[in-house]
Amino acid sequence: MREWLVDLPAYSAAHLQLSLWALALAAGVSMPLGIWASRRPRLAPTVLGTAGALQTIPSLALLAFMVPLLATIGGWSARVWGIEIAAIGRGPALLALTLYGTLPILQNTVTGLAGVDPAVREAATAMGMTDRQRLWRVEFPLALPVMVAGLRTAAVWVVGTATLATAVGAPSLGHFIFSGLQTRNYATVSVGCFAAGALAIVLERTIRLVERGLARRRRGSLLGGLAALAGLALLAAVPFGSDRSGGGEAPIVIGAKNFTEQYVLAEILAGWIDREAPGASTQVLASLGSTVLFDALRADEVDVYVDYTGTLWTTVLNRRGPNPPREAMLAELRAALREQYGIEVAAALGFENAYALAMRAASARELGITRVAELARVAPQLELGTDYEFLARPEWRALTASYGLSFRATRSMDPSLMYQALARGQVDVISAFSSDGRIAALDLVVLREERGVIPPYDAVVLVGPRLARERPEILEALRRLEGTIDADAMRRLNGLVDQAGSSPRAVAREWLAD
Amino acid sequence: MIELVAVGRRYGDRIAVEDVSLQVAPGELVALVGASGSGKTTTLKMVNRLIEPTTGIVRVAGRDVSGVSGPALRRGIGYCFQQIGLFPHLSVAENVGVVPSLLGWDATRIRRRVADLLSWLELPAELGPRAPAELSGGQQQRVGIARALAGEPDVLLMDEPFGALDPITRETLQQRFQEIRRELGITTLFVTHDMVEALRLADRIAVLDHGRLVQIDAPQRLLRAPATDVVVQLLATPRRQAAALEPLLAGRA
Ligand SMILES: Nc1ncnc2c1ncn2[C@@H]1O[C@H](COP(=O)(O)OP(=O)(O)OP(=O)(O)O)[C@@H](O)[C@H]1O
Ligand SMILES: [Mg+2]
Repeated sequence: MREWLVDLPAYSAAHLQLSLWALALAAGVSMPLGIWASRRPRLAPTVLGTAGALQTIPSLALLAFMVPLLATIGGWSARVWGIEIAAIGRGPALLALTLYGTLPILQNTVTGLAGVDPAVREAATAMGMTDRQRLWRVEFPLALPVMVAGLRTAAVWVVGTATLATAVGAPSLGHFIFSGLQTRNYATVSVGCFAAGALAIVLERTIRLVERGLARRRRGSLLGGLAALAGLALLAAVPFGSDRSGGGEAPIVIGAKNFTEQYVLAEILAGWIDREAPGASTQVLASLGSTVLFDALRADEVDVYVDYTGTLWTTVLNRRGPNPPREAMLAELRAALREQYGIEVAAALGFENAYALAMRAASARELGITRVAELARVAPQLELGTDYEFLARPEWRALTASYGLSFRATRSMDPSLMYQALARGQVDVISAFSSDGRIAALDLVVLREERGVIPPYDAVVLVGPRLARERPEILEALRRLEGTIDADAMRRLNGLVDQAGSSPRAVAREWLAD
Repeated sequence: MIELVAVGRRYGDRIAVEDVSLQVAPGELVALVGASGSGKTTTLKMVNRLIEPTTGIVRVAGRDVSGVSGPALRRGIGYCFQQIGLFPHLSVAENVGVVPSLLGWDATRIRRRVADLLSWLELPAELGPRAPAELSGGQQQRVGIARALAGEPDVLLMDEPFGALDPITRETLQQRFQEIRRELGITTLFVTHDMVEALRLADRIAVLDHGRLVQIDAPQRLLRAPATDVVVQLLATPRRQAAALEPLLAGRA
């Protein structure tokens, strides 16, 4: 727990920074847009409608959509102007959050301007103000408190939604929520939620102070609110990830997907680099969306992370059809990644994290089953439990086609429930992950799959093109990880986090000490 | 000073004002009276181009107003109306100083002008920094008049400026306004519902009926020789009230 808390200030500052930038941009876009729209009564509904439609897009989808969008725009701008745009990290998060914060400010700008007393407006004209003078001297100041109220609403939305920015690689308090949920560490989840809530409240109160100051013409509250906002902005300006081991060079960014094993491996990689290549600084960027990570590596936004051969084989190289054996797949991947992307496969860690069919050890013994081929015989009497996606994946189709598997019933459920369900006898077979710590902890066995229809999922350390090119000593250090973690070791490490409640960093430290 | 020549205004098929011709001499106060919807406000607003006439010509100080830009024209013409429309985000002093600041006066001149106007309208100087919302209705109306006079206009347009006031406040303010106006020699076009007010303040009264001007004459002449039934009816109310009051007042005396 304390391990996680160490990171809280940095993540809070990053969260606040992201939110403040998004709010500033949203205000910068939607106030002028609102003013423009409110002077064109026929266009105002269209503008508001568009902003409203954006609001209905689920925020996670909006965030995720920004990644390919920015990648496309970035590719284009790199070609045309030679300007690189990062497709992951703060860029897409900022863009999505800005869009998200736009509606309330836009709405309130339009409402605020429309709400100006017509008598006051007429008086302004009758005094000899031009349209522009009337807008800036009368309508804008009168609508400003309403606009600021919109900013207040936007602030609450944006701070809340910014937790999701973690999934596209922007550090935020969502880190605690995502990783806590994955590692079943609910204290960490609560820390993330409370911190995000507290930030939202502080920001809301501060903006409310400004709003009051404006509405009631109280200079004290206005200046107080503005000073508090400036203070928050200063706090947020603390650079993220002021690294752990010093060194003048840019830190080596180590990525992690959003599950326990990835958190542990990222910490192991960080610790390994600290030890084997003294002087290099590292920074862990965790809880990234799974597809985001490879793109980030390619673009040198992430320098090192662990991926799985089967995943790379199908999603990056787009290979279909029969799978080559482990060694052949690895060799082919190594060559293709180097040639196409300049990415190095530094090491195969020595374990697989594949989809595998697992049973209670006792019942497998009883039925005399050790292999998938033997399962086909008794499957019609058994019930299969899976995670949500397994039944739709090629692995399942390949298994049924090749072994003629057909269960009495199948049930989809949350992965964390799936293992419990099997242990308690509610289902007989599950689609497990072969390196999951619960396989050992709950006394389960993995059935051997000998026909190779499930591709091998060897864990491999990938090194991005820039790091591979410029820091050969780091690449060499990482190569020494070859074969250092076998499946039992990985299960044990995962179990220490999932069952024993240790933090990934503590578990990594322990492994490194051995 | 103000001259309307065959001025008309239509809204689609609806005629608001038709063929109105009248002149207001320098320093004169002409009251526009008539039933609700007879076109008084429309006529008034066509003078400073808050409403554009569909036909006819409006001249102020001999110049056709259609050739002058709206804002420039309005800065030279004082305007006040029943809803007052004080700027709620500005102080009383800032409200009064609006037109001078639009005219580009320097700060000291504006400050002096504001102080003068507040004292003319018998508003205590302490009200200067206050917000309009902190004033009584009568005080707000005074500020509205001060604001209309601030730019030293030769011409003043007023639309039921005393309509919302209690009778005593109204009478004191009418009196004070009349003194200031006479002293400065401001030409005024004055819309009112209240026939007594028109009779008391106006040099001449113009009666509108369904957008048309039916009579324009000095109060005594209007009383003596009403041109149409409409005028008779308008005058009937004050007559009736006076008749009803006379015995009561006599009885008490
Ligand atoms: N913007 C407009 N569109 C359509 N008709 C209008 C518009 N403004 C005024 N009118 C019509 O023009 C006529 C004259 O209106 P105006 O406001 O000048 O009357 P008024 O004499 O000032 O009435 P009141 O004493 O009630 O203020 C009315 O019939 C009114 O309905
Ligand atoms: Mg009117």
